Amino acid sequence: MNRENSGYTIIYAAVMVIIVALGLSFTHQVLNDKQTANVNIDKMQQILRSLNIDASTDEAQAQYDALVKNAYLVDNKGTKIEGTEGTTPNDPAFSTELGSDDLQGLPVYEAQVGETKVYVLPMRGAGLWGPIWGYLAVEADGSTVYGSEFGHASETPGLGAEIVEPAFRSQFSGKELIKENEFRSIAVVKPGQSVASRDYVDGISGGTITSKGVDAMLLNSIGDYEKFLMNLHAAQQ
Amino acid sequence: MALSSKTKAVLLGPLSKNNPIIVQVLGICSALAVTSKLEPSLVMAIAVTIVTAFANMIISLLRKSIPNRIRIIVQLVVVASLVTIVSEILKAYSYDVNKQLSVFVGLIVTNCILMGRLEAFALGNGPWPSFLDGIGNGLGYGWILVVVGFFRELLGSGTLMNFQVIPDALYEMGYENNGLMVLAPMALLLVGCIIWIHRANNKELQEETN
Repeated sequence: MNRENSGYTIIYAAVMVIIVALGLSFTHQVLNDKQTANVNIDKMQQILRSLNIDASTDEAQAQYDALVKNAYLVDNKGTKIEGTEGTTPNDPAFSTELGSDDLQGLPVYEAQVGETKVYVLPMRGAGLWGPIWGYLAVEADGSTVYGSEFGHASETPGLGAEIVEPAFRSQFSGKELIKENEFRSIAVVKPGQSVASRDYVDGISGGTITSKGVDAMLLNSIGDYEKFLMNLHAAQQ
Repeated sequence: MALSSKTKAVLLGPLSKNNPIIVQVLGICSALAVTSKLEPSLVMAIAVTIVTAFANMIISLLRKSIPNRIRIIVQLVVVASLVTIVSEILKAYSYDVNKQLSVFVGLIVTNCILMGRLEAFALGNGPWPSFLDGIGNGLGYGWILVVVGFFRELLGSGTLMNFQVIPDALYEMGYENNGLMVLAPMALLLVGCIIWIHRANNKELQEETN
């Protein structure tokens, strides 16, 4: 059949598209379970990193189960929503993604690290090129940061992408979200600058917009948990 | 399999005399974007080599049947599917590598080297030479990326593969990381320097001047 024939061209294109579509969906189908398992392990590793624990992929599940004692959803008044408790990947807390349209509540993970009780809160924001996210581990006073974890999709390597590095994250440990009985969150400022009345950390030199994104994420996304944190803070007084 | 001199030329040409970046001047965008650190440069180099080799081979196998009017579209579909399948397999079996690669998937599909080789070589040659041409071009692209990534990370961050290399003693004496090295324009300048050195050593690449 003549290659340049219109009919041949249309049939060729149609067949090619069908084969590719079948091939890709078959590949995805076959690999989906393994991929979901990997995504879950990765999320557990992120939560563990916010607790200052670097777990390998093999140990992640075991470490997570050992440390995370409870997980549930809270509403925006900070009250636990009945029936949402559970720590497996299928339970509401782990399976809820911030930013989805049908958000049932805000996830909170309760961890016990030795003697210390720690609450891990997920957060989400916007960087320069794409989304940024993270987990903030807060002590039982609702204010002192135990540890932090940050992630990004497409920030610039060497600049915005440095937010995942321990050098940036370790600055948060010990800083306080609540000052003078008011939720102020933690500011991210240009290195060398300072802020009065709030705790602050140095941003990334050359990664200004990503740093501002982290600042906004800490204020707004963690700000969603304000009532929850203030309740914890009041209970400790 | 013994390599004839012709296949040797196909495989080794792109490493120097016909290098995609410094002679054909293709694939510059990703060479700028991913080389601020050495590790992404390596990952990208390997990914482009694999994708170019297999895309070349597949298009070469199909070359007698592709209608001329939609040949670019067919090439794009083959490349995009290949990259997607590689990404899916990595997501399942090597999640950490995929997290690094996910940013670059889009970059690989738009890489001019891929389309350039498919058009210039795969459409007119058999599957095995096309496969080798893909490997050769991938490696030629790869070594430039590694060299640029090496200097940019060393001078821009003081590290290599995320291990600190510049000793603290130097920092205390007043040495500072060259922040400009982490930005894209320096990659362009570094590639320019490599072209300069390469041409000085390969006189036949220099154009005639009267």
